[in-house]
Amino acid sequence: MNKNDALLAYVLRLGDNALILGQRMVELVAAYPELEEELANANFALDYIGQARMFYAYAGELEGNGRSEDDLAFLRDENEYHNFLLIEQPNGHFGDSITKLVLFESFYLLQLEALVHCSAERVAEIAARAEKEIRYHLRHNTQWLVRLGDGTDESHQRAQGSVDNLWRFTGELFAADEVDNIFENEFDGPELYSIRGRWRENVATVLAEATLEMPEDEWMASGGKEGRHSEHLGYMIAEMQYLQRVHPGATW
Amino acid sequence: MSKKEWPLYEVFIRSKSGLSHRHAGSIHAADDQMALDHARDTYTRRSEGVSIWVVRSSQIVASDPAETAAFFEPAEDKIYRHPTFYEIPDGVENL
Repeated sequence: MNKNDALLAYVLRLGDNALILGQRMVELVAAYPELEEELANANFALDYIGQARMFYAYAGELEGNGRSEDDLAFLRDENEYHNFLLIEQPNGHFGDSITKLVLFESFYLLQLEALVHCSAERVAEIAARAEKEIRYHLRHNTQWLVRLGDGTDESHQRAQGSVDNLWRFTGELFAADEVDNIFENEFDGPELYSIRGRWRENVATVLAEATLEMPEDEWMASGGKEGRHSEHLGYMIAEMQYLQRVHPGATW
Repeated sequence: MSKKEWPLYEVFIRSKSGLSHRHAGSIHAADDQMALDHARDTYTRRSEGVSIWVVRSSQIVASDPAETAAFFEPAEDKIYRHPTFYEIPDGVENL
């Protein structure tokens, strides 16, 4: 794999993570128990969709085949998405959604902080903008995890269940493959090994404050980055792409 | 599950440096930090502010509408208290 292929693959992954997570959060629109949290969730989802657009627009240019951001979002099949498995997991109950966001955003923020200093200029620019958004998301979602974990017996139990269930998807965040290695070496990209150490520290601090236990690292699921997904992604994409597939090129 | 309402908070937003905080509306939140987040997400989505105050509505001491006459009417006939005898220079936007 050459340098340019790796850059394209890396940018697409960033776009896929943002789009798929954004779409997951969109599924919760109009389903929140409180109006203010409803607004927050919709704002956050839009932040992700906005990031996906910027990454996809750049990926389309890098690819050079004239594919637009919409083509990349709506006209690819499941195995062409390279988002993390963690991202595509169903929303579940509120504690599941919050835990998923805290686990992912604790990683994503560190990734973005590193990307701001990478030598791929466009990526650094997008990362600088996204970093501010994610810093706020993480602050908000962390507070929620602490409230749930350190809340009632039931919320504590459920939040611990969420952490235990989602933990097996966190290994993939740090499993460097060829794309990650080339991006790190050729573009001064994030060093996943050191990010993992800081992620563990940050997550341990949050879990401790939430009076939740950090699970042991046992078997870790992987495959998302290579396009091998859990059964959940297909349904999600089918719903997301339905309109563009039935009415190609529809706009409003 | 029983539905218990979160306490009400009043939200004050400073739209830019130098201006004072203005009442923007109110939100519900379970605690102070959440109130700040909710105020941010509800009232500053379109870059409306550079600073937010939130305060529990129950903490606000308000004048009694029944006492409006005693409170405010005595000021009405004292026009000499109004600084309307000065010329305001052109270009002063916020006074």
